[in-house]
Amino acid sequence: MTSTWKALIGFFNSLRLTAALLVLAILLIFAATLDQVHLGVWGVQEKYFRSFFIYAAIRGTAFSVPIFPGGYLLGALLLPNLLVAHFCRFRLSWKKSGIWLTHIGLILLLVGQGLSGLLQRDNQLRIDVGQTRRYTESFRETELAVIDVTNPDYDQVVAIPSARLERKESVQHPLLPFLIKPVAYYPNALLRPRSQMPSPLPSLATAGVGPQVAVEPSPVTYKPDETNFPTGYVELVGQEGSLGVFLVSTMIVERQVVTYQGRTWHLIMRPERDYLPFTLTLLKFTHDIYPGTDIPKDFASTIRLKSDDLRDDREIRIFMNNPLRYGGRAFYQAGYSNNDRTSVLQVVTNPSWQVPYLSCALIALGLAIEFGIHLFAFFRRRSATDAASQKSAV
Amino acid sequence: MRKDFTLALSVLILLWVGSTLLPQGNSGSFDLSGFGKVPVLADGRFKPLDTVARTSLLMLQGRQRVVEPGGSTVAPVAWLLDVFYRPEMADTYPTFRIDHPDVLSIFGLGSGNGAAGVRFSFAQLQPKLAELDKQADLANPVDAAVRTPFQRAVIELRDHVAYYARLKYSLQPPDNADFLAELGDPARLAADQASLEAMRDFSLLRIVPPAQAPGRPDQWQSVGHSLLAPQGSDAQGGDALRQARVFAGLGRAWRNQEPDSFNTLLSGYRADLTGRFGAIAGKCAWEAYVNKVEPFTSSMVLYLLAFLLAATSWLRWPAQLGKSSLRMMDFGFALATVGILARMWLEDRPPVTNLYSSALFIGWGSVGLCLILERINRNAVASAAGGLIGFSTLIIAHHLSLSGDTMEMMRAVLDSNFWLSTHVVTVTTGYAATFLAGFLSIIYILRGVLTRSLDRRTADSLARMVYGIVCFATFFSFIGTVLGGIWADQSWGRFWGWDPKENGALIIVLWNAVILHCRWGGLIRQRGLIAMAVFGNIVTSWSWFGTNMLGVGLHSYGFTNAAFYGLITFVASQLLLIALVLLPTEKWRSKLA
Repeated sequence: MTSTWKALIGFFNSLRLTAALLVLAILLIFAATLDQVHLGVWGVQEKYFRSFFIYAAIRGTAFSVPIFPGGYLLGALLLPNLLVAHFCRFRLSWKKSGIWLTHIGLILLLVGQGLSGLLQRDNQLRIDVGQTRRYTESFRETELAVIDVTNPDYDQVVAIPSARLERKESVQHPLLPFLIKPVAYYPNALLRPRSQMPSPLPSLATAGVGPQVAVEPSPVTYKPDETNFPTGYVELVGQEGSLGVFLVSTMIVERQVVTYQGRTWHLIMRPERDYLPFTLTLLKFTHDIYPGTDIPKDFASTIRLKSDDLRDDREIRIFMNNPLRYGGRAFYQAGYSNNDRTSVLQVVTNPSWQVPYLSCALIALGLAIEFGIHLFAFFRRRSATDAASQKSAV
Repeated sequence: MRKDFTLALSVLILLWVGSTLLPQGNSGSFDLSGFGKVPVLADGRFKPLDTVARTSLLMLQGRQRVVEPGGSTVAPVAWLLDVFYRPEMADTYPTFRIDHPDVLSIFGLGSGNGAAGVRFSFAQLQPKLAELDKQADLANPVDAAVRTPFQRAVIELRDHVAYYARLKYSLQPPDNADFLAELGDPARLAADQASLEAMRDFSLLRIVPPAQAPGRPDQWQSVGHSLLAPQGSDAQGGDALRQARVFAGLGRAWRNQEPDSFNTLLSGYRADLTGRFGAIAGKCAWEAYVNKVEPFTSSMVLYLLAFLLAATSWLRWPAQLGKSSLRMMDFGFALATVGILARMWLEDRPPVTNLYSSALFIGWGSVGLCLILERINRNAVASAAGGLIGFSTLIIAHHLSLSGDTMEMMRAVLDSNFWLSTHVVTVTTGYAATFLAGFLSIIYILRGVLTRSLDRRTADSLARMVYGIVCFATFFSFIGTVLGGIWADQSWGRFWGWDPKENGALIIVLWNAVILHCRWGGLIRQRGLIAMAVFGNIVTSWSWFGTNMLGVGLHSYGFTNAAFYGLITFVASQLLLIALVLLPTEKWRSKLA
């Protein structure tokens, strides 16, 4: 074994490291909790937990320096710490079984949370009473939909994730006779009619509604009650040259029309969609409050679920603390609007959702065994000292 | 004499507790206790008028006792009767607590104008209410989390004044000296629509039951609403006028101070109600009784006594005083248990439903653990810690009760007795145990550093207790936190959301884990364990209260401004204690070597 390797093992096989990492984790969580007042819960997760380092800007400069380990780094150090300590220090024995179970559970929990971070998708479904839906919409991700409406019987949709526009990647798609070239992109922007602005900058847009609109890029907001409006300019380039530069934004709710080679497309920036292999129809929405107050007592959606393969066609009631799990997704009653006519469901896809349950059961069992052994030993020692003191009294 | 001390004290205490259990007598000739049992629907639940009177007073002025300008004490229910029926008198009682000097200056008042410098009457505030409204309107758009103390105080006072003003419209129009006569004259009643509409719009209490028992809760209506509803359009049907006459009749009897007619009318009304709505009336009568018994107040006194006895026992008469202390703990614990059970039965809920009940439960859980510990190590240490925690948590609970009814309704997402009884109870037990480890450590520090009473044996036994409790705390706070995650997964679709309260609980788990790992790794010994356990108090108080003060997240309920300064003081005191334990042992008064 080389000495570096030995040193590495020695470093990770240390309870001091464990204690230090746990204390750092506490400080990290505490700082993140305080910062929620400014950043909101999403901003905090990005800055503190889904990161290797927390950066701070040096005052007066544009430089940022890492000042504290982030959640990923702490997790990445704790995991080998746990593993090495186990393989080097503990033997498998009944006496140590509690510690083993606890730590295996912990490893599973860390891995599971990592997986959730990578795999979990949160969407929402806004649905009016009587309406049928077959897709959910992302809370944060958006897409540029290019919809071919030439055929009156159906629409043909090419959807481009905004992330590609942000990376300025041109998109060439076999269903489209033109190339889509991103010109500019803002994760959040405010749009206003140019006529209302005293001296607007010249617009990049040459077609659609863009030339009449002034775009003011704004910082990304993480506040729960504010929305970002991703905005961009895209140029459509056909064989004969440019078809024009269009302004696209989630703030523009009307579709912009493009005609080319005798076909018609609609352009719209919208929340990213996840199409379902089934349809949901909202039959009824109820919202009860406690009499004489505005405290909500219960809200519930009665939904008809019809799967495409016709195997399922049934009515389901989704209410607080009682989600519908179907087709790899879980549907939760999240809210309502529009005078109780619209129900808002949160839709979560997380293939690893059961991991925490398993790991927590392991840890709970492990802790119970470990502390049970301590307690048992304590009482045995105690009765021994009692017996001894009685003997000496005699 | 020493031998009989515990017995004598116990008899004395039992007599005192017994006296609080006696049903409420009426000090005057009015059946105030009967009036206090009348059920109303308010804040979404049925409660007796006695609760309305007490919680209103706590909210408006921070205590239940009212002293009228003449100097005599007015019972809460009598105060409520004056608000309903003799508002011109109630207006002169100093029932608005105002602490902020700048708020007082809005009214041109100084602390010299108020009772005890802080309590003022509605009549004193009335001339400048428009100015108060203006100031509150200015403060209102500011985000609640960043309001200045002045802004908070004006908004709070405006809310209180509005509450008081609305209370006056509950049973009859406040400016009508003889509403009963008006009710008997259809022409006058028809001409006085405006008063009735005001009663319908402002009343906080729904006191008129549906004509047909049992009916639904939302069919109970306010007097104004039921009088204005066209015949047969609501559940009161033709009964509204008869009901209104009862309340107006009570009003006339109260105004004219005619106890006999008041009592006759009241007993007739209560008999009718008990016949038709027996379950509701019965529960409300019990609640009024529990209000009167005040089990938590008695329990608080007993815990304090237990602490003092235990602390004294380290200096004198260890055996006898230790025993008495434990006995007082038993009594206090029994009373608190009864109080918590009574609340659970009245609410039909598990023990912890809000910040107030979490304070009750943390105290209860810690004291329960201490009763076990004290029986294992009879050295009055656990009794002292338990007495201190029990007393402190009940004081905290008292302050939390100042924001209104402590049996509030649960919002939809919390409306799950299963999760309330598993997650909330376990995590609160974890809080209780972490506090207990901290308070046992405080005793170690105070006795060791400041007195000569800490010997090696006691020190070791204390450290063992602290270690054991930390294990217990780790287990319960972990399980509680995880159950919270599972609840969140069931209702919001994510196991963990980094919400401040979740983070707080996680920090407790992590801190307890740090203590255990440091101890197992030999990084700390006895003093280190004690110091870290005291830091656990800071961590737990942050999670319990601090996270609610941020004003963000899913658990941000029940914030109080005074609590912020309380928390800061507490944290400072704990840091001081940690500094003390880290003093070199030669400087300690107890020689442990």
